[in-house]
Formats: sequence, structure tokens, C-alpha cells
Amino acid sequence: MRHLLSINDLDKTKALSILDTALELARISDAPVKKLPTLRGRTIVNLFFEDSTRTRISFEAAAKRLSADVINFSAKGSSVSKGESLKDTAQTLQAMGADAVIIRHSASGAPRWLADSEWIAGSVINAGDGTHEHPTQALLDAFTIRKHLGSSTGDLQGLHVAIVGDILHSRVARSNALLLSMLGAQVTLVAPPTLLPVGVDSWPVKVSYDFDSVLPHVDAVMMLRVQQERMQDFFFPTAREYSHFFGLNRDRMSLMKKSAIIMHPGPMNRGLEITAECADSARSVIVEQVANGVSVRMAVLYLLLAGATQEQGVLQ
Amino acid sequence: MTSSYLLAGGTLADGRKADVLIGNGVIIEVGESIQNSEASLAQRIDVSGCKVLPGLVDLHTHLREPGREESETVHSGSQAAAKGGFTAVSAMANTFPVADTAGVVEQVYRLGQASGLCDVYPVGAVTQGLAGKQLAELGAMAQSAARVRVFSDDGNCVFDPMVMRRALEYVKQFNGVIAQHAQEPSLTQAAQMNEGIVSSKLGLKGWPAVAEEAIIARDVLLADHVKSRLHICHVTTAGGVEIIRWAKARGINVSAEVTPHHLLLTDEMAQSYNPVFKVNPPLRTQTDVMALREGLADGPIDIVATDHAPHPTEDKECEWEHAAFGMIGLETAFSIVQKTMIDSSMMSWEDLVDRLSSAPARIAGYADHGKKVVAGSSAHLTVINPSLSWRVDRDLVASRSRNTPFHGMELPGKVVATFFRGIPTVLNGKLVEAVTGE
Repeated sequence: MRHLLSINDLDKTKALSILDTALELARISDAPVKKLPTLRGRTIVNLFFEDSTRTRISFEAAAKRLSADVINFSAKGSSVSKGESLKDTAQTLQAMGADAVIIRHSASGAPRWLADSEWIAGSVINAGDGTHEHPTQALLDAFTIRKHLGSSTGDLQGLHVAIVGDILHSRVARSNALLLSMLGAQVTLVAPPTLLPVGVDSWPVKVSYDFDSVLPHVDAVMMLRVQQERMQDFFFPTAREYSHFFGLNRDRMSLMKKSAIIMHPGPMNRGLEITAECADSARSVIVEQVANGVSVRMAVLYLLLAGATQEQGVLQ
Repeated sequence: MTSSYLLAGGTLADGRKADVLIGNGVIIEVGESIQNSEASLAQRIDVSGCKVLPGLVDLHTHLREPGREESETVHSGSQAAAKGGFTAVSAMANTFPVADTAGVVEQVYRLGQASGLCDVYPVGAVTQGLAGKQLAELGAMAQSAARVRVFSDDGNCVFDPMVMRRALEYVKQFNGVIAQHAQEPSLTQAAQMNEGIVSSKLGLKGWPAVAEEAIIARDVLLADHVKSRLHICHVTTAGGVEIIRWAKARGINVSAEVTPHHLLLTDEMAQSYNPVFKVNPPLRTQTDVMALREGLADGPIDIVATDHAPHPTEDKECEWEHAAFGMIGLETAFSIVQKTMIDSSMMSWEDLVDRLSSAPARIAGYADHGKKVVAGSSAHLTVINPSLSWRVDRDLVASRSRNTPFHGMELPGKVVATFFRGIPTVLNGKLVEAVTGE
């Protein structure tokens, strides 16, 4: 595997191997010296066409803990408005000798397009593209779910995860629907019909419009960020009505199983899709998701850049 | 003028073997083994194994001049047309400036005549600046040297129903036709590809079939109400075909076109995020493709039109969402139709001549084109070798742009020769230098 562009680039074995590797690497993060020499001398570029401080620093921390050199290339706004094409940017990075490019872009498919081009020779990692995918977010979510609820065989068989909110515009939902179902979990998408894509019936998931009826049965509920502006495009009448039907609040939290966890990819809209009580409750693993993000991204970098020759024995 | 030619040993669309003798711009004689003094003086071209057909006529071509000459000019587009077997093309109005005045349409018309490789008939804009607000001077364009009869805001939909009604009414005075780009704009804001299973996976904003079908339905009803003539550009959906079938059964005066790419390609092509497959209207599903083929074979869809849309490399070598819509198509149109309609036995060669030559000429009123290959017709001819296949190479196109979605594809049927007004513009599959050196 050279690139990670979509969950479709993985199969169950590969996905589990990333999670297993991440588990081993997580121990590094707990050690007093949080560093491995594995990627010493390798250059990793964070190419961010869209603001995302948390994803960028997560990748940066991951790369640095593996001793890679990290270059942050922030190209705010679209390449078009900036006047430089993706091609020129890519060729610039190639000329600087990038071994991997971690790309965040507002246009769906930009990482695929970059990977399929002949502009760069290194690995391409999708750090979120438009409304398409965000594979490392799904991997860290799977990692978090497994850590809390997973079975000993390593997959997510028998677990039920609800993904709630703006599925239509969510790259996190797309990647999670693919990955969690690949790992054996049952996924139920909960959203108003306006925020579900036409064609969702082809996804490996169930769909519900009734949050309350789903909540008692799930082991994890993943709340998605909902943008206030969506009501201007008629996706829902008002933020208040959205919260009323699809927000996670104290009453709804009481419907959940005792063991069930609350997740959110961040950044949260407290008071819209999730109340502070839920976000800060004992069930919430939201902060832990961030920590797990570093381990999972270390694993991805490790397997893409160093893993070809040493699939097993990660830390040897 | 020494320009007489004997096309010897070919077959006509109806399957009859016949030699075709042309001279002074017209067909002099059609018959088996022509042997007379005129024939003996003519340059003899062996076309055995080939079909000798009327020159192809395109009702939907973007030639980009004036204003976007880096992607195409009237001359380079005419070269691409000739290479594709066309003897008449219709230059769409979305140039810079827009072809919404007599001055611009006459300029385009004259550039076509100067190039001399095919007739270039300008399409006039329906509304000023293609903005959909106020009618352009349709009468002045109709009366100009370009004698415009086809009007279209193509690229934009004439979305305001009152503007569309008035346009349909107004063009009746000179037997014009409104060619509608059927796309309800509020349903397609920032849309990127067909809305369905593939768009849901790719996270590209969906372009629902209903955005096309709603306008087709509205406009056939308007055309019925004001008893005018409507043409639907590039139909792409099974539902659109059904509405047009219904309208025709009611006697509504509507015609419709399908593009070669919509006869062959589906929205699955977007999986690559390669913007060469980004086109307006978008590629649809296999179900739609099959409905379009059936519609073309059995009546609802009258013609194939290329929607040849050249774009410079930089507008296609970028992120899908930032890329321009459109594909070039003049040089591959015939082969795609042979592949999808003839080789699949859905249509006969006579049907193909109807859909690619006589019907478009009739709809647009190009009286000199689309005529049967008989003595007395203007010598606009296309010679096709249906058993030769060829590989599409974007680096070898005559168009100034390389945005063909068929690059690398092996296609059946080769345009061996094209004659425009009795003069070869293409011989042995190659542009004839003498006429092309502008």
C-alpha cells in the first residue's frame, strides 16, 4: 500500500493491522521519551488547503514521534483563488523531496487526483477531502471504539454504532460507515432525510430518522458537527428544531445503555448537536479520540513509509 | 476548376453499391460502375468497403471564437469537424462577447466561410448575455447574413418560464426554434455530477435527473400552449426520454438530441476524479444510457449532437470541483454512434444518416445539407470505413484542445474522406493541406 485515500484502499486485515500497530505505538506516547527513530531522515509534508489545526497538529505530532522531518504547507482557500494550481504545488513539494504528502482539501477527490498524477512520487495521505472521506478519523474512531468496547478477536463484530447528524456533507460519516461495517459493526445513520445523500441505500448501513428509537440499542453514538448555515439551504427549519430532534441532550443520554460511549470528531457546536452535559459526561470519549488520533496516524505513517519491508514486528 | 471526383466502389446508406461522381460542388451522377467521359476526367478515389454518406451535421458545437481562442477557433473547430465527417456545424452562442447580436453572429459566420472546411451556422443567444432576463435581438440575428434560426442560451437554462414562453412565441415569425439547455438552476447549484449512488460515495454534489426533467416537462407544455417549436439539447435521463415520447405522442412540436458521450459513458467514470469526465449535463447511469440508445433508435430522440466543448489543459488538470465542464467530441462522434447503435444492431445505416445528417439539417433549416446522395444534391459527403478501427489519441486531435474522454479507447469506424461543396477536406483519414492552410 502506497497511499491512504479512502477506506476502500483497506481491507479488514490491513485495517486491523493499522489498529494493532497503533496500539503498540500508543505505548510510546505513554513513555517518558515519546520518540522512535523509525522515520529519521524522511520528509513529510502537511499540505493543508483548508484550515484544520487539530488534524494538522495530530499528524505533525505523529510524524515527529517517528522522527520524521515535517514541513507545514498551508495554502488557505482553494488553489484556484490562490492562483497556484495543485499541480504546481505538488511539483514544488516533489522538488523538495517529500516522502509523503498529507493533504487536506476542500475539494472531494483532490488526494486521489494528486496520487494518480505523475506530479509526485511519494505517498499521499488523505487528511479530509471535501465531503468525501477522512480515513484517519475513521481509523481513530474505530481504535477508540475497540479500546472501550471491542471483542478479543480484534474486530467490532456485534457492536452497534449510530452516526448522527449531517451525513450528507460529512467525510467523517462516509469513512466511518465504510470502516466500521468492514470491521463487523452495525452502523445506523440518524439524520433528517435532507441531510442524507440520495444513494445512501447503497451504503452498508441502516438509516433512521428517529434518534430516540435508535439510542437504546447502540454501543456508541457519534455526533457530527452541524453547521448553523445549513438552514439557509433549507436542510432544516431552525437550529432549535434540529437540536430538538437530532441533538444529544441529558434526556436522550438517559436512553443509552450503561456501557455506551459518546463520540464527536470535533470541533463541537455545544448546544446544537450536543449539550455540554453530554460532551463532558463520563460516557464521553471525545478528548480520548484526540489522543488516539496521534497513535493511529503514527501507525499509518509507519505502515506506509516504513512498513513495506517490515509488516510484522512493528517495534523491533 | 478541375475538382471532379469519382468515388468508386462504395456502398450507400441503403446498402446499394454505387459509384458517386461529383463535380462543381454537386453530385453529378450516382450509379453502378459509372463510365463516361466526365468520369474518366475525374480523379478516381477507390472507396470499396466504405460507406458513402451525406456529410454529417452537428447542431451543437462550441467553437469558442470570439474570446476563447486558446481552446478553439472557428478554423480549428472546422478542422476537427471535417476530420469527424461533418460538413455543417452550429456554433453555440456562449462566446466572449456572447453571440447575442447580429454583429457577433455575422462575425462567426464569416470566419466559417473564410475557413471553408464546413458550413458554420451560428446559434444565437435567446437572452442578452445568456443571463435569462431579456430577449436578445432574435429578429436582427435571423435577418443578418448568418440567417440564424436556432437560438439557445446553452450552458445556461432559460429558466424563467415567462422568458421561455415569449422566446418560443417570438421565433415563430421566422420559423425559428429554441434549443433549451434543460437544467433547473436552483436544483443544481454547485452540482458536480449525477446525483445517485456514485455521487453519494464520492462526496461530489449531486445533479438530480429531475432538474433536467422538470424543465423538459415545463417546456413541452409551453411549446404546446403557444404552438411553437422546441428543441431539447443533450437529453441525458431516462425520464427525459419518456417525457419527450409523451409530448411527441400528443403532437407537440419538440425535437431532442443526445450526445455521443451520453450514449457511451456513465457516472462511474467519476470514480477517478479525473475532470475529463466532468460535463454539463453530467454522465448518468447505465439505465439512462440504455434509455437514450432506445430513444435514439425508436423516435423520442431525433438526433445526435456532439456538444463539442474544448477547454485548455489547465482547466481540466485540476481538482474536479474547480474544473470546467465539457468534452470535445467532433472527431469521435461518428465512431461512438457506430459502436453504440450500429454495431449493437439497434439502428441501420439509414437511421444513422437520419440522426447525424438529415434530421439535424431539417431541424435547423440547413437546406443545403442532409440531402440524399443523389444527382443534383450538393456534394457534402462523408466516406466511412466501418470495418477499420482506430485508437483515440488526444495528442493527435485536430481540435486545439485535448479534453477527450475517449483517449486510449479503440473505436470502430473511420472517417476516410469528407467532401464539402465537392472539395475534399479529408482524404485518407487526414486533413487536406491545401484547403486547411488558412
